Amino acid sequence: MKITEQEVRYVAGLANLKLTDAEVSRFQADLDGILEHIGKLNEIDTSNVEPMAQVLYDAEETATLRADVPATPLGSQAALANAPQPGAGYFKVPKVIER
Amino acid sequence: MHIPSLTIGRVREGLLSRRFTAAELAAEALRYAQAENPKTNAYLHFSPERALAAAKRVDEQIARGQDPGPLAGVPVAVKDVILTQGVRTTCGSKLLANYIPPYDATAVVRLEQAGGIIIGKTNCDEFAMGSSTENSAFGPVRNPVAPDRVPGGSSGGSAAVVAQGTAVVALGSDTGGSIRQPASFCGVVGVTPTYGRVSRYGLTAFASSLDHIGPFSRSVKDSATLLRVIAGRDFRDSTSADAPVPDYTALLDGNVKGLKLGLPREYLKELMGETGDLISRGVDTLQNLGCQVREISLPSTDYAIACYYIICTAEASSNLARYDGVRYTFRSEMSDTLSDMYRNTRGEGFGAECKRRIMLGTYVLSSGYYDAYYLKAQKVRALVARDFANAFQEVDAIVAPVSPFPAFKLGEKVDDPLAMYLSDIYTITGSLAGIPCMSVPCGNTAGGLPVGMQILTRHFDETTMFRLADAFEQAQRG
Repeated sequence: MKITEQEVRYVAGLANLKLTDAEVSRFQADLDGILEHIGKLNEIDTSNVEPMAQVLYDAEETATLRADVPATPLGSQAALANAPQPGAGYFKVPKVIER
Repeated sequence: MHIPSLTIGRVREGLLSRRFTAAELAAEALRYAQAENPKTNAYLHFSPERALAAAKRVDEQIARGQDPGPLAGVPVAVKDVILTQGVRTTCGSKLLANYIPPYDATAVVRLEQAGGIIIGKTNCDEFAMGSSTENSAFGPVRNPVAPDRVPGGSSGGSAAVVAQGTAVVALGSDTGGSIRQPASFCGVVGVTPTYGRVSRYGLTAFASSLDHIGPFSRSVKDSATLLRVIAGRDFRDSTSADAPVPDYTALLDGNVKGLKLGLPREYLKELMGETGDLISRGVDTLQNLGCQVREISLPSTDYAIACYYIICTAEASSNLARYDGVRYTFRSEMSDTLSDMYRNTRGEGFGAECKRRIMLGTYVLSSGYYDAYYLKAQKVRALVARDFANAFQEVDAIVAPVSPFPAFKLGEKVDDPLAMYLSDIYTITGSLAGIPCMSVPCGNTAGGLPVGMQILTRHFDETTMFRLADAFEQAQRG
């Protein structure tokens, strides 16, 4: 087995995902199968290969910097328009610190 | 006017000869699309106000004797992962069911500047994760060619509206095949340009190193026209390329004599049945047009799926972290603390496939696994890209299948995610390399299901890809 139920619960915690027990067992089975397939990568020798961190690394030079000119930003009103709970120009959230 | 048989050229001709106005066309296209949509569920919502305002601008330009632009009056559909200011953009997710973007994607701005009329937003797999459009929170899309089958995915809605005739062209997005595979399944043209060719500004991020915006159309020429409009450097996307954008349509001369084409033996060895036969016949057609065909090898192909599903899920887990109930409309009602709010919002809001990918991506990036998975995958990605670079030393273009099979039945594969992932094999390699690739219709199975042929070329050489696809299309219609 590539991944245990405990690991699935741990990863869900890292990802801030609340999962039901049914989801935990489903994802354990799914991830197990996928990780099994991914294990295939161990067959291939990459010891002398540079990781591809840029997609167009081999293409001709294409990157440029924009001109540094001031522009009007979106503004807080537009940015807050989709907030589930805006207030006083801020995003409101449930309390962070217990007292 | 008969909406389903319109092309960009016919719309232009009708407007300039004053047979109809852009406003009349927009109203009729909206009426037709709304009437036909229940058959497929391909549109999620329509944007009549925006469409009619854009059409009015085009009519005013024509009245003043100005050039109304290369897409003047053309009804366009936009995949619902691409932001449209003031027009709901859901990404196929319950989380964003009520999200109204405060700005436009650059591709949207450009297509409207060129006179295009956005009539609605198309259904897709949630956050573009899927190969069948069954992962939409708003119900699946039916394939217009065969209503009991999927249209492919994740841009299934965009492929379907073009096939159904409820839009002339559409924008989709492609991360591992999400334009090419639905184009193949619905019998239309679908183009994934070079990575960086089209700005990703305003494209909801799934896997940033793999995401592309690209066109759908019923002819190669219309995709070429649309790509030219949306392509080019945009300072809002630092990965967008500062490379000249050719006038593709002017270069479609039908002459592909002497072009050197490669057939990857790794793709063809397991390709059987009617799809294999149709691709072989397609290759024969290209040979008859004077192309020189030879077998090539892309030896890292077997590792591409594993590589892709590490990279795309890792990037997705990071990109989707922003949907935490603070900024984007949906928040779980049942949370007393901030951390519960995050967990409940995401647990209630995301569908199964998004959760699965967030889980896999978080796992491969988690402490102690980075080198074994993400770094390893980046190295394998370099090998996949090298395979293509080597092949393009010998050939001008690569011809391949798009999918191992034609459109499958709704529900047929939903319970086996790995099988669904494995079916992406032919499209994922080009995505990893960042090269231009497209699907062009190459015939139907005996049961009437469309099959697409894939054409891949060097970075930024969309011109050769379009020339080949156009010559092929003419020969097929011949």
